[in-house]
Parts: sequence; structure tokens; C-alpha cells
Amino acid sequence: MEDTIAAVATAYGEGGIGIIRISGENSLSILKEVFDPAADNKEITSRRMTYGKIIDKDADQIIDEVLAVYMKGPKTYTAEDVVEINCHGSMVSLRKTLALVLRKGARLAEPGEFTKRAFLNGRLDLSQAEAVIDVIKAKTDKSFDVALSQLEGTLSTKISEIRARLLDLLVDITVNIDYPDEDIEYITYEKLEKNISSIGEMIEKLLSTASTGRMIREGIRVAIVGKPNVGKSSLMNGLLKETRAIVTEVPGTTRDTIEEAISIRNIPVYLVDTAGIRETDDMVEKIGIEKSKEAFNNSDFVIFILDGSVPLSQEDREIAEYLKTRKSLVLINKSDLTQAFTHDEVKEMIPDAKIIETSFIMGEGINEIEEFIEEMVYGGEIVQSESLMVNNVRHIELLNKGRDSLRDALNMAQMKEALDFIEIDVKNAYEFLGEIIGETVSDDIIDEVFARFCLGK
Amino acid sequence: MEKFLMGTYDIIVVGAGHAGCEAGLAAARMGKKTLLLSINLEAVAMMACNPSIGGTGKGHLVREIDALGGEMGLNIDKTFIQSRMLNTAKGPAVHSLRAQADKNQYHIEMKKTLEEEPNLDLKQGEVIDILIDNGKAHGVLLKTGAMYEAKAVILATGTFLAGKIFIGDSAFDSGPNGLAPSMDLAAKLREHGLPMRRFKTGTPARALAKTFDYDKMIPQEGDEEIVPFSFMNDDLQKDQVKCWLTYTNEETHKVIRANFHRSALFGGQIEGVGPRYCPSIEDKINRFADKERHQLFIEPEGLYTDEMYIQGMSSSLPEDVQEKFYHTIEGLENIEIVRPAYAIEYDCIDPLDLKLSLENRHIENLFCAGQFNGSSGYEEAAAQGLMAGINAVCKINGKKEFVLDRSEAYIGVLIDDLVTKGTNEPYRIMTSRAEYRLVLRQDNADLRLTDRGYEVGLVKKDRYDRFLEKKAIVEAETERLRKKIVKPEDANSFLEERGSTPIKGATPLIELLKRPEITYDDSAAIDDERPALSKHQKTMMEVQIKYEGYIAKQQQQIDKFKRLEDKKLDPEFNYDEIEGLRIEARQKLNQFKPLSVGQASRISGVSPADINVLLVYLEKMRRRGK
Repeated sequence: MEDTIAAVATAYGEGGIGIIRISGENSLSILKEVFDPAADNKEITSRRMTYGKIIDKDADQIIDEVLAVYMKGPKTYTAEDVVEINCHGSMVSLRKTLALVLRKGARLAEPGEFTKRAFLNGRLDLSQAEAVIDVIKAKTDKSFDVALSQLEGTLSTKISEIRARLLDLLVDITVNIDYPDEDIEYITYEKLEKNISSIGEMIEKLLSTASTGRMIREGIRVAIVGKPNVGKSSLMNGLLKETRAIVTEVPGTTRDTIEEAISIRNIPVYLVDTAGIRETDDMVEKIGIEKSKEAFNNSDFVIFILDGSVPLSQEDREIAEYLKTRKSLVLINKSDLTQAFTHDEVKEMIPDAKIIETSFIMGEGINEIEEFIEEMVYGGEIVQSESLMVNNVRHIELLNKGRDSLRDALNMAQMKEALDFIEIDVKNAYEFLGEIIGETVSDDIIDEVFARFCLGK
Repeated sequence: MEKFLMGTYDIIVVGAGHAGCEAGLAAARMGKKTLLLSINLEAVAMMACNPSIGGTGKGHLVREIDALGGEMGLNIDKTFIQSRMLNTAKGPAVHSLRAQADKNQYHIEMKKTLEEEPNLDLKQGEVIDILIDNGKAHGVLLKTGAMYEAKAVILATGTFLAGKIFIGDSAFDSGPNGLAPSMDLAAKLREHGLPMRRFKTGTPARALAKTFDYDKMIPQEGDEEIVPFSFMNDDLQKDQVKCWLTYTNEETHKVIRANFHRSALFGGQIEGVGPRYCPSIEDKINRFADKERHQLFIEPEGLYTDEMYIQGMSSSLPEDVQEKFYHTIEGLENIEIVRPAYAIEYDCIDPLDLKLSLENRHIENLFCAGQFNGSSGYEEAAAQGLMAGINAVCKINGKKEFVLDRSEAYIGVLIDDLVTKGTNEPYRIMTSRAEYRLVLRQDNADLRLTDRGYEVGLVKKDRYDRFLEKKAIVEAETERLRKKIVKPEDANSFLEERGSTPIKGATPLIELLKRPEITYDDSAAIDDERPALSKHQKTMMEVQIKYEGYIAKQQQQIDKFKRLEDKKLDPEFNYDEIEGLRIEARQKLNQFKPLSVGQASRISGVSPADINVLLVYLEKMRRRGK
């Protein structure tokens, strides 16, 4: 038997009203203990708002004047009996009411626990439940939008659509496997190829939103490199001035390499300052450099700052050597002064680099940097908020597996191999996609559930 | 009527059709004193419908029955008059063996085998009741008043149970082929509370061979190189008969359509549900109105009869209409029909009432098999008979039930489908019902199942040793092919001849065999140390080599499947304890008491979401250390 949980369901802070939600089999009895309906018959009917008072009977004290509603399960958010108490929005009222509810036997809900119950009780499919967790943990408006659209079942719907196509294909294949002797219309290899590739493209399209999705959800890491006093701190200050800092910390990252976490145009960006990457014999410096290299290697891209007013130094060239193979943005700072080298000279060192001239002192170039970051994340395309994005590592992995299976199937179809083999691949694709929404029964899903929902005890 | 005890056995089998024969032989061969009762000894192993064994999916079943130590494969090998491996142009998973039988010979040989079996008594007698006390079956009562006691009873009543034949508006109680039906037992089983249903099947007319016009039909020859059904037979040589292919036409359809109203099927007289996969001709024409023609095969019923079977043309239309429409078909214009087509309705049990061991859930020691369980087909019946026989012995011996899962055998698929999913029509096995058909091939049935048959005691030592020896030969040859290196100068002209890419350096021969265009037999040209392998050993080895990658992929699917099968559920568990389960799922699970999460997932009315809830619950329990 699950215990009864309670929490403040509305946003933290003062508001017009605040809601306490209680879920579990004791919801109603707890409500009865703390709530005194105004009506003479004292009746509480399921799904009817009842006016009354919250009373701490032990202290003989009226806490608040409220509207309370009891909803009998299973047709509720958690599929359990649920009570919602609409208090006045003051923190004091909410806190006191919640404390009373807890004293009467409810347990304080963990973050996401109502959702967890909704999922466990079969009210939400896995991708929807995962989305709720993402909604709760969303760091920016954008990642909130993505999570919310998943919660509404956008991803589920899309996956179900693809699976329906795969199922049609499986049926076609099966009919031909079963009645090879009868003179019914055989599925042609042309038709097979056409179907497999078009379904493959549907998956491909979903996947193309994946890297954007991941960046929106998890943010991007930007390493800032350049020799001392070239303007690294000024750049950080410049970017910080324009944006707001993010409060939330990413789990699992070491604090000392992340200098600042900021939100640039709704994308979480982690700026990593690096000490420099020179070769050295000095032990202490070596450790610092190793750390920088690590931060540098873990970043999504690198901002390399040059001092435009002095010629390129040996040290600049050494850093450039590292950047050759990396996605990088080169800032030629101090553009307000006379320039000591040309863009071509930079291009010669790092052929693929995007170059922006900046003057942090004059506040020039910041906007362009932000634009560059935004463009990088969205791949140059304007992404509308309702467009579907896959941003969950588990989903991406399964979509990849599904796509690979269809590639194998296509390959076999092109070689006109027996349907038996093609069917194995198509079936695999069908199952992998099913795992995303929990339609395929697999104990891998359960591992995932336990990992994400902390179901410990 | 006075009742008297006539004998005591370990196991009694009611019915000596294809299920009953396998059940009786399995029980006797596993050392149990067994009584096999048939309403008529002429009906032993009677092929009441088509004169063939095997076919798509069904051929797989027969080879599995054989690998487990059953009789069907051996019996058809003795009595076939034509043999074909079907679907050879398709992938290896659907290659299926089918043989035309001499019906009468099939019956005679099986009867002889039964009579010679030391622990088995074959008797004629009509069972009219099952003796049941305290929810346990312990014997049978015959129409004569004779009673036999036993530790377990196996019901394999086929279409005899409350059988009713329909030909047009003529309907009468009858077993198949005009034999007496079993009416009293049907009434008693309902009284005992078994969930009985009505199913229907049908058979086409038989006509005299000398009256067909063979110039108008397409001959169907048997294979030159015969693959035996039984793994105990290496080579079979025999003169084979021909079958004939012809088609219905617009005229045929017109006659039938004009007489729909006279069909028992559409007149509403037949309440039983017929098989979708083996419909009567009027059903085909009604359901596939656009189809211009339907194929039919003309098959000899045996060597000592002039009767021919008209496959694909079963019907319940009146005799005069039958006469008319058969005569519209090319080659059949002047045939003389000697037995009319008929539909037959019969009682069977809802198989959801059975366990995977085929024991009844509510009456202990009562096992059920064959058409009684809602299946159709000789092979499906035999497979269940064999399993019911084995399980009845296991039960008596206090041993674990003998269950094959869906990744082990078509037999496992068949039984799991019946008892877990249930069926609303006579159930026919099909290759598509098996999820893992690339592994469940007909060519490797012995590799898959001989060990299991040996463990349970039905496969005897001599057969097992023979199997191990043959297995070792194939393994050694595969290993040799792996080690055998061919050089470009020896292989390239051979490869070019077959349109295959030449090799650049020394290559293991096994790599060349993975190419679709290079067969094992062909490659003898560049390989001089060939051991003598039988055709089915070669086939098995070749498939294994050529499709190694895909077999591995399927194996992964199986591993995944097994993980859920291996998550066992307590049959005593009360699913009301799991709150998240939907009410329907709780009810179904409580009703079925599945033995594993895998089985639970296949119960209709239990959704994947329910299974996830169940899995989470189990994992929580595990973490709590319960």
C-alpha cells in the first residue's frame, strides 16, 4: 500500500491562491480531520468544491478559509484519491495548512512524486512521465517548452505514428510469409524499399532535432581560451551583463572548471575559463594546464580571443594548433585600436573558424557572439516553439537503434534477400520505438524508471 | 445401467485420433500403463479431411514432434505417396515439408504401432462420462457400464464430441465421415462445468480419379530428392504420385452465389465458428468477392482407392448445388462425386481453461488435447497430444511440468497461444505466429528439441546417441570449413563462373559460403575433403553459416524475451495488491495466474502499461528484499 503524500502544488511565493495537493488512500480522511465544511450537513462529495475552514483542532485554531475538493480515484492525476485545498496565497497560510496535513499522517511529497505515481499507476506513458521530470527541472523557457510538448504527448503521438507505419509493413511482410503458396499479391521489393526508406526518414527527422534538443535541455559548454590579459574576463562580464545568471547547477560537473552559467537567448551556456595550454615543465603549472585541456576537450565549442592590437605571438599559434580540429569562434578583440594582423592570417591558422571583431571596452561584438551561439544550437534554422524536439538521451539512443535497424532492412531489401531477415530488422525497429513510450515491455525500461524516479524504497 | 470396474491404468486417453495416438504412445513409452479408447477402431489416426501431413508451419510441428520422440513423422515417412519441400524460393524460416499420405495406410500403420506398444492397450468403447471426485479426474465410464480407473485422463475427442454434420438444409448428429458421434460425454462435460463452445470445420467432396480430365489441369510432382519427416530416416526412395492444380472460374462463383441462401453456413443453422484460414468455398466467394478465381488441388487419397480429394473446396451447400459447381471447374466437368462435401460442428473447450501443461485449471489430472482445445489440423492435434501425454506422466511422477516456450518450438507457440491468448475460431498454426521463426526452423528441430525429449524420457538412448553423433559430424564439418583456406588461384575461376567476386588473398572457405550465390554442394568443386552428410544436415549447416548474422540478431530478441519469461510469478499471488493495475488487468491476471511476466504480457486485456506497473512492483519488492 502506498502512503499518502502532500505538497504545495502551486509556485513558491505569494499569490492570489495557493493549493495544497494530497494524494493517496488517506486523502479523504486527512481532509476530514483538518477541514470543517461550512454547510450544515458537513458533507464532502467527490468532485465538488466545498467551502469551509481549515482548523487545527489540537490548538483550537482557525488557520484559513478555503475551498477544498476531494476527487475519488482512479480518474485523477495520480489515479489515486486526491484532495486539493485552495488556500489564500500567503506563505504562512500554506505552510501552516501543509504542516497540519503532514501531522495528520501525510508524508511530504518528493519533487516529481505525484507524477511518479501517475506513471506507476498507468496514467502517463513513460515519455510523458519523463517529460514531467524535465518540466520540473527545466532550466530555461525553451527547455520548458520542449518538455511541456512532450508531456502533452507530442513525442508519443509522433512515435506512435511511426510505429503504425512499421506495423503496416510488418503485416504486409507476414501475409507474404504465411501464404507463399496462395496467389495473393506479393509485396514487391520496390514497395518494401520505398516503405522502409520513408519510415527511416521519419525517424531521421526526429533525430535531427535531437542535438538541438539536448543543447536546449542540458546547455552547451563553451571554453574560453587566449593568452593572459587578452580580455577573457571582460568577455565574461560583457556576456553576464546582458543576460541573467542561472541558479541551478548541473549535476556531476566539477565546480572549479565552471566559471559561470548563464542563459543566452534561452540557451543555458556554461562558460569555462582556461588557464592556457602552453607546454611547460613547471609541475604546478602543468596541473593547471592539464585541467584546462580537459575542460577544453569537454566543451561543445571554443572561443579563442586574440589581441588585435599586437601581432600574433608564438603562444597564439600554439593554441591555434589545438583548435584546428575544433568548432571554434575567434574573437579579434580591441578592434577599436589599430589592427596588427589580418583575418587571412587567422584563417591560415584555423581554416574553419568564424571570426568576429570585438571591443569589450566599447561593448561591441557581444550581440554577434550571442547570435553565433544561437545559430549554432539551432543549426541556422529558425525553430518554432511548437516544433518537436527529442532531448532525452534514452530516446535518442533508441531512435538511433531504430534507424540502424531500418538501414539493415533496407540493405537486405536492396539485395532482395528473404523477407524473414527484413522482418527481423523491421520488428526490431518497431520494438525499439515502443520502448520510448513504454509500449514495448522490456525490463530495460524498468531500469530506466528506477534510475529516473529514485524509486529506492 | 449397472456400472462395473473393468480395469485400472495409469493414464486413460479418450479418443485415438492424431492427438490421442501421440498422447497414448508418449505415456506408454514413458513407462505408464496406458489405455487408449476409441469410439471406433476404424477411426484410429483417421485422416478425416485432407490426405496430407505438413505444410507451412505444420511441417515444423511434425518435425518437432519427431525430435521429441513422437510418432507422426515416422508414420508419414512409412505411408507417404508424394513429398515436397514447400517455399524453397523463400527464406529458410518458411521452408516447409509436406507429404501426401495414403490415408488408409496411415491409419493401418499407426494402429499397428499402437498394438505393438507394450504398455498400451487400444480398445473400442464410447466414453460417456469422466469420473471426477473432489475436483480430481480418476477414470472414465463407458456406454456399456464399464469403468476404468486411472491417475490421469486425457481428453482428445476431436470432432466426435456432439458432432453435427450439415449438407445444405440437412443436418444430423454425426461424427466425422459418418461415424457415430459422442453425444453423452458432451452433455456430461457441460454438467461438470467445463466452459464448452461450438466450433465448425468442413471438408470437400471426394470424386473418382478416373473421371477427371487431366489434360486441363497442371500436374504437381513430388521432389526428386526426398527429405524425410523423421530425423531417424536418412534416405527415402519411393515412386510418387502426382497431384493436380486447377482453378475456380466466374461460372463456379455464379452457381455458388445463386445458392448462398441454401448454404447451412449463411442460413444460420450453423452456430459454430469456422476457421478463417481454411474457409469453405462459399465463404471465400462471399468474403473475397473481387477475386476472379481460387486455386484448388486434386490429391489422391491413397494407392488402393480411386478417390481423389478436392483441396480448397469444402462446402456445406446441398448435394445438387455441389454437383453443379464442381462440374463448372476445368478438369472436373465430368467427375463422379462419391462423398459429398460437408460442414461439421462440434463441442470443444475454451482453452483459456487450461494450463500450459494442458491440464485443466479446475479439474486436476484432467488433460486436454487436439481439436477439443479449439485447434484445427492433424499436426496441431498431434503436437498437443504428445505434450498432454508427457505432462500427464510428469504429473503422476510428481515432476515439473514440461513446457516449451515460444523461443524453443512451434509447439510452444501453439500451446501458449491457445491457453494464454485463447482463440475464437479453430486455431491453425502459421509461421507468422512464431516470433522467432528464423531460429525455429524445420531443419534444426532435432537440434532444438532432442535434448528436451531425452531429459523428459521420451527420446530413448539409442536415438539420443544417434543424434549426438550426427550433431558432432555437422559441428566438425563447420569447423573444418572455418579452417579450410582457399587460395585465389584455386577458387577464382569457380567464383567467376557463378558471378561471384574473386578473392584477393587466401580466404577461409566458410567466408565464401556466406555469399548467397555459393552453395555448399557447389563448393565441393574447390574442396576435396567432403564427408557424407545427409540433405537435411547440409541444409541446416548451410543456413547456420549463411545467415549467422541474422540468427545472432534473432538470438538477441530471444534473450530479451527470455528475460521476461524468466521473471516468474507466484501462481498464488493476488493482483488486487498492485494498486496501479487497471481493474480489467487485475481481473484477468487473477483469473489466469500467469507463471511469468512474459506470459502475463500475452494475456488479452493486459496492456504494456499494466506490465510496466507489474515490473515496477516486482522490482520494488526485490529491492525491499522480499
